[in-house]
Amino acid sequence: MIGAITAGLFSAGTPPVTNSYESIATVSVGIGGASSISFSSIASTYKHLQLRGALRGSRVSGNDILGIQFNGDTTSANYVSHRLIGDGSSAASSYTASGTYSSSWIADMPATTAAANVFNGVVIDVLDYATANKNRVGRALSGYDLNGSGSIWLSSQLWLNTSAVTSITLVPVFGTGFAQYSQIGLYGIKG
Amino acid sequence: MAAGSTYTPIATTTLGSTATSYTFSSIPSTYTDLIIVAQASVTSGDSNFRLTFNGDTGSNYSRTYLSGSGSSATSGRASSVAYIVANDEGYLHVGQPTMLTINVQNYSNSTTYKTTLSRSGNGSNNGTAAVVGLWRSTSAITSLTLTIDASTFTAGSTFTLYGIAAA
Repeated sequence: MIGAITAGLFSAGTPPVTNSYESIATVSVGIGGASSISFSSIASTYKHLQLRGALRGSRVSGNDILGIQFNGDTTSANYVSHRLIGDGSSAASSYTASGTYSSSWIADMPATTAAANVFNGVVIDVLDYATANKNRVGRALSGYDLNGSGSIWLSSQLWLNTSAVTSITLVPVFGTGFAQYSQIGLYGIKG
Repeated sequence: MAAGSTYTPIATTTLGSTATSYTFSSIPSTYTDLIIVAQASVTSGDSNFRLTFNGDTGSNYSRTYLSGSGSSATSGRASSVAYIVANDEGYLHVGQPTMLTINVQNYSNSTTYKTTLSRSGNGSNNGTAAVVGLWRSTSAITSLTLTIDASTFTAGSTFTLYGIAAA
């Protein structure tokens, strides 16, 4: 690894390694796509969870929304979400009230008809997931750019349930699944 | 489920004198995602971080941003340009350090275009921003360069590259 700068002196090196961030599992979507992506049997040994990936929906008729469900709960009354969105021309905010959808909205995903090879980048934090004393809140940074269109989201997710999170399912809110080459990993952060 | 420690620091530097760019090169393909963390100031005026990959200076980049100035929120984009501006409203201002983090997802695959997600902020004078960037190349990323578009990075500016390996 070489760090190169122009017109200056520098001190470079490899910083110390820490062991508080662990890879738990990864899903890579193969040929034919996947209807959903699930992480189950999540150990309670971490303080926080993070999901990181690049996803694309398989919806033909338009963009899709990435949703998150916890512990297999599909009760729409238990999911709320808010987001701040930049679409390249204006900034806007919106929310989805409980009772509307059976998942919390995380991100916008490009349609099947969008330019090839473009995937939505997403980083989702699920904080204090293993305790059983509070409703669960997530937050996410996500976005895609299609060289002329696209969007970026800052979003929050609420699951109205105090159970410890033991499984996470990612779903397309409107479409039928995720496209090939979609990939996302689950990571645990120690407290 | 398998578990393995990751979020591995690959390289870091603290500038000993002013510089106009910084490059992380020979990036190994052994990780899944990259995270760049920079804290930098400039010697004069206002400037932006420009991000490029593998030395590509063609018009193969684009971005969409969301920013807040302290009085309003805006969004905009740039298409078919020669770099990704990774900060926008959270730009660098003389005498005030700016924080920047950039996520590069699935950087070493040779099938998809590369998407970046960045956050930046300069709390004193400017604002904060989130940017999604696209490099329209299916090449694996082996180097990345942060260039300042005006002025120079001050001595003491820091740049760190982390690798995250999926299970």
